[in-house]
Amino acid sequence: MKPLENQTSQFETISEAAKSLRKRNALKWLFLLSVPLLFLITFYAYPISQMLLRSFFDPDFTFRHYIHFFSEEAYLNVLLNTFKMSVSVTLLCLSLGYPVAYLLASLPSRVSNLLMIMVVLPFFTAILVRTYAWMVILGRNGLINQFLLEWGLISSPLKLMHNLFGVYVGMVHILLPFMILPIYSVMVGIDRNLMKAAQNLGANPARVFLHVFLPLSLPGVGGGCLLVFIIALGFFITPSLLGGISDVMISMFIETQVNQLLNWGFAAAMAVLLLVLTLLIFSFYNRFFGIERMVGHVK
Amino acid sequence: MRRLIPPHRTSRPFTDRIPSYLLYLFCGLVFFYLIMPILIVIPMSFSSARFLKFPPPGFSLQWYKNYLMSRDWMEATYVSLKVASATTLISTFLGTLLAFALVRGRFPGKNLIYSFAVSPMIVPLIILAIAIYFFYSELKLVGTLLGMTAAHTILATPFVLVIVSSNLKGFDETLERAALSLGASPFKTFLWVTLPIIKPGVISGAFFAFITSFDELVIAIFIAGTHAVTLPKRMWDGIRLEIDPTISAVSSIFIGLSVLLMVFTEFLRRRRKT
Repeated sequence: MKPLENQTSQFETISEAAKSLRKRNALKWLFLLSVPLLFLITFYAYPISQMLLRSFFDPDFTFRHYIHFFSEEAYLNVLLNTFKMSVSVTLLCLSLGYPVAYLLASLPSRVSNLLMIMVVLPFFTAILVRTYAWMVILGRNGLINQFLLEWGLISSPLKLMHNLFGVYVGMVHILLPFMILPIYSVMVGIDRNLMKAAQNLGANPARVFLHVFLPLSLPGVGGGCLLVFIIALGFFITPSLLGGISDVMISMFIETQVNQLLNWGFAAAMAVLLLVLTLLIFSFYNRFFGIERMVGHVK
Repeated sequence: MRRLIPPHRTSRPFTDRIPSYLLYLFCGLVFFYLIMPILIVIPMSFSSARFLKFPPPGFSLQWYKNYLMSRDWMEATYVSLKVASATTLISTFLGTLLAFALVRGRFPGKNLIYSFAVSPMIVPLIILAIAIYFFYSELKLVGTLLGMTAAHTILATPFVLVIVSSNLKGFDETLERAALSLGASPFKTFLWVTLPIIKPGVISGAFFAFITSFDELVIAIFIAGTHAVTLPKRMWDGIRLEIDPTISAVSSIFIGLSVLLMVFTEFLRRRRKT
């Protein structure tokens, strides 16, 4: 976490009175904090820690749920599948998002602000709505199949969703803004004179890009990739609606355990695994980028 | 697309420009991919066909009428509006309080508290959802507006906190000190000096809180029960049964809302600049 900056001002040294007042105020600050903290502890920290405990008790202390998870190949496959899908989605987002961020960063701001709407509007639209839109487009009687059938290009509808293809189309669509925005914000800050200098020194455009621009843009790439990967790991709505029977991600598996099999202890153990994984990757992200970046474009 | 080409490029030989044409083409396709699904839902919602057909054979408001006439769609809308409004009020209050104490206050453990308060942003929703579901099952809070509001407030508060604290960091603290030294009480100082300056941040945080609650589905799937079915939960139930074009109409309303949010944040950003 980036430290919250304590703002110092030139008046501080002068007015000692204000300083002592501040010391007395320390308690007041804690009093102010008590209301929101109490709320967060009751409805957030307490439920999560209860879930953590639940994963270790049945009813006595046990590792049963964890052993159960790691001893069954089918369960491990769900975890592996989640990882594979998240990595693929991240790479797809990077390959689509990097050129777009590059274009947005190199156009004059009047034009790029306009094009930015195309990135930000999907970003602000509910995930369910976007997933529904893809169901309308990719479905058996969806727009693409209607179009292809009408033009006689195919004789029977193509299977475009309820498979991995559908999940990737939907997930990449939802996560792409999370890739474009961090890369864009880094690229905008790159000093264009560096590229000119390299060009003047005789480097051709490809060399300038590979040896100057690309390395400077890597922090954005790292941030975008970690962000997309973390969010993809916990995805639930899109893979449940667009995926097939075999494209199960860990969130969907947890939901089934809770709502259909009523296997709460086991679900809690899987949730704890997902939480630990997410926090590990996130602490890595946070060390380099800071959580403010996640909503940085809002400011 | 031609207009987008920066002028200095036009003097170069054509072969030099091929990579940038390729870039424009590629990005054009990506933009199409990003925006097309959202735009396509809107004409579908005005379709006169009984099932999804593109282009729509004729104009009709039947699906909007269907939505407005249906009791359970309307009920879900009321639930969503109530929950989102309550969430907005509470999380804006809590988030602003947190931001103020964490940016202005001097006490140990500030960064820890900040990390804790923003962490719901990164914890996967499914984890929050089942943890709250287990908790609510014991308290009999499943299927209540109170429970739904509390859960959404946890999700929405971090947005308010992050936006308001970035706003607070950006303004001159000496203004507050001036008010204090002139004899205003800390509360008065906050109300008459701090609040007017950070108002844009608070408003945009509130807007984010509203949309966070209004769009939220994963938690609702678990804790909606039968009496706190929100609009996204109602859509989710509908989508799984059949693709009912009424959902297109509801989706268009959601899209309208997100356009509003986008225009609004852009407006705030521009005003800040000037």
